[in-house]
Amino acid sequence: MMKQALDGLKVVDFSWYIAGPSITMWLAYHGSQVIRIESLTRPDELRSIEPFKDGIAGVNRSGCYANYNSNKYGLSLNLNHSKGVMVARRLIAWADVVVENFTPGTMEAKWGLGYDSARKMKPDIIMLSSSTQGQTGPEAKQAGFGLELASRSGFTNFVGWPDQDATGVGYPYTDTITPPVGVIAIMAALEYLRRTGKGQYIDLSQLEVGVNHLGVALLNYAVNGTQGGRIGNRHPCAAPHGAYRCLGKDRWCTIAVFTDQEWEAFCTAIGQSSLCNNPKFATMLARKTNEEELGRLVENWTQRFTAEEVMMKMQAAGIAAGIVQSGKDLIEDPQLKHRHHFWYLNHPEMGLCAYDGPPFRLSATPAELYMPAPILGEHNEYVCTQLLGMSDQEFLELLTEGVFE
Amino acid sequence: MASLPKAIDSEFNTLALAESMNMAKHDLPLSPFRVLDLSNERGYYCGKILADLGADVIKVEPPGGDPGRNIGPFYHDIPDKGKSLYFFAYNTNKKSITLNIETNDGRDILKKLVKNADFAIESHNPGYLDAIGLGYSTLKDINQRIIMVSITPFGQDGPYKNWKASDITITAMGGLSHITGSPDRPPVRVSIDQVHLVAGVQAAMGAMIAHYYRETSGNGQYVDVSMQECVTLSALTVPQAWDLQRFIWPREGAFLSRSGKRVRHLWPCKDGYVAWRIFGGGLGIKTRALVEWMESEGQAGELVDVNWQQMDYLTVSPEQFYRWQELFGNFFKTHTKAELRREALNRGIVLIPASTPQDLLLDPQLKARGFWEAIDHDELDTTITYPGPLYQSSEITWNFLRAPLIGEHNQKIYQEELGFTKEVLATLKQAGVI
Repeated sequence: MMKQALDGLKVVDFSWYIAGPSITMWLAYHGSQVIRIESLTRPDELRSIEPFKDGIAGVNRSGCYANYNSNKYGLSLNLNHSKGVMVARRLIAWADVVVENFTPGTMEAKWGLGYDSARKMKPDIIMLSSSTQGQTGPEAKQAGFGLELASRSGFTNFVGWPDQDATGVGYPYTDTITPPVGVIAIMAALEYLRRTGKGQYIDLSQLEVGVNHLGVALLNYAVNGTQGGRIGNRHPCAAPHGAYRCLGKDRWCTIAVFTDQEWEAFCTAIGQSSLCNNPKFATMLARKTNEEELGRLVENWTQRFTAEEVMMKMQAAGIAAGIVQSGKDLIEDPQLKHRHHFWYLNHPEMGLCAYDGPPFRLSATPAELYMPAPILGEHNEYVCTQLLGMSDQEFLELLTEGVFE
Repeated sequence: MASLPKAIDSEFNTLALAESMNMAKHDLPLSPFRVLDLSNERGYYCGKILADLGADVIKVEPPGGDPGRNIGPFYHDIPDKGKSLYFFAYNTNKKSITLNIETNDGRDILKKLVKNADFAIESHNPGYLDAIGLGYSTLKDINQRIIMVSITPFGQDGPYKNWKASDITITAMGGLSHITGSPDRPPVRVSIDQVHLVAGVQAAMGAMIAHYYRETSGNGQYVDVSMQECVTLSALTVPQAWDLQRFIWPREGAFLSRSGKRVRHLWPCKDGYVAWRIFGGGLGIKTRALVEWMESEGQAGELVDVNWQQMDYLTVSPEQFYRWQELFGNFFKTHTKAELRREALNRGIVLIPASTPQDLLLDPQLKARGFWEAIDHDELDTTITYPGPLYQSSEITWNFLRAPLIGEHNQKIYQEELGFTKEVLATLKQAGVI
């Protein structure tokens, strides 16, 4: 394996679901040794979420769990056993970074593993707590998931159609936009540690990251009093601008025409050069005014071709266009293939399956996915004897006492 | 700014104290580092994140200002290069110089700046910087420690590398649009551009990971970011659903499919929408809590007879399930978001209101955490409320300054730092270099 950017960085991960494990996923991609702590009696809920290999449910068969946990070591630990907590304390003393995402306050209240306690085990520890709304404030302990938090942060206000009820984005958006911020925070903390010798506590809130992703809309309200709303696929200075129906079932291609030059190229590409000078569409203002009629006209053309054909014809004419890609399209996408976006790892129960890799290439230390997600408790012995230096006898004693359940 | 537990003073020894005094001028994580930001709107957010973390980020703009300054909306809706709220939002804490990097003098000046830079961010089409002699191979020969980040729609290589793209096409090609919107309508996007932000955060993460490596190895490197791949990373397990189950994840609007049921997750209420779903199992007690509230208002009907902890989407009959959803839906319509939110908190119900911008600016949780930042805009004789930091830390006191004016720091960089005389600057100005 090539040298990795984060070689030697030691991470203990108490988190579960998507938002926490996705933080340590990025670290593991780039060479950190990440120990994922789980419980045999109460495994990560993600292990019970679809998709499953061949559609058959099983604690080691979830593609959702697998995708966010490659390159990590799995340790099953019973934190309700006093010796389980003792093992956790030794791991914190071993680690550079601790990540958790329980309901705020749980780490300290239940197991005495909060930041102030962790600092006593490792004075310069960096600890990150990820939560839906932050560790402090009146709603810190309100339960919720990424799906609800996408509404809470304001996205629902800006997605959908004005003549229908709101639909929201329909997926847990804040679960995926927040973890990279967690990685940035950890890297910044490591830099600060390098210069000052001080660790730190990081409080990451999905709500606050989500609100930042609507920054310009919030300034528009703060300054101009504009709330905005659901406008479908419209854009203030582009038309045509939308997803247009193509040949086949639920097949669509997006097209975005911004300039007069692109409009001219568009008309030529669809074989209707005369349209170009039609006063209804000749200028951007005219196209915006007659946007609905223009949309129907575009769709009359796109429906005669496959989404792939529409995209190719548009791109050949120098117009931004892209298929609305399904999961199948993504797996088969020639660009993603060329970029080696998906990695295929051989999992003991799931066999060979596709994992997302990082979306950027580091020229000197390219990431490598080398290990599929751990099966529950897969690395118990390795972690205890190799990383914590326990004797075989001590490990067996703990095993017998149910510490790893 | 809400405060987090700071390190306890009594634990500091004299050495730590000396260190912290030494840190006074470098008190943010990236204070000692400089970033040259050559990006257009694709890359603004990446530089903003590094600038907010304390880096000295210099936005290098073409003379006359970056084209992104024309992106609306505008302050008081007055279209003006100095009033773009889009530019304001994603360029806080940066400095600005004007420089035409397509001239020979401009290139020489940039190379001088590269000597002392730690990062360079750019988002031009692949090959552009190489063509004008400012590609990574040149920059690295000048300064082997430099980390160069390129943010482009499809990355630096591959069959689509030169394709045209915009927010809507990348959202579609990355796999998010397919699962967004109503099943009876075209796929839809979030109408506030997201791709630049999703890619900006992931690019900043790549830069920071490369930075960690540089500080241990002494070597910089090149970070090649694909916006399409950044979106794919946000599209959850859409590709894995195909890979493992040959399942195409559909658009389901305000519903989720669970065991053959259409589980509604977003509901109209008296004055907007709230996010809530019927939960059984361990979360069944949260459903029960809502039913108890409904019962107290005489609106629970048959819901009181259900054992919610034993409720399973798989075994309940569709007729019954949809009848329940109708009862819940009717109840939500009799209350406002504020009422629903208050009772949800009091009673432990997993119900969360869908915020409008107004709701967010008045939000008690965000207010309690001191989230919002008031940033002065002296030229506009005003103070504007901005979203605050991306996270809180026991060691960071965040500080926010407005986005720079066009070429605001020309004098500081060109005269004070590079030592150009006024005469040289006048020549460069007339030659269209700065």
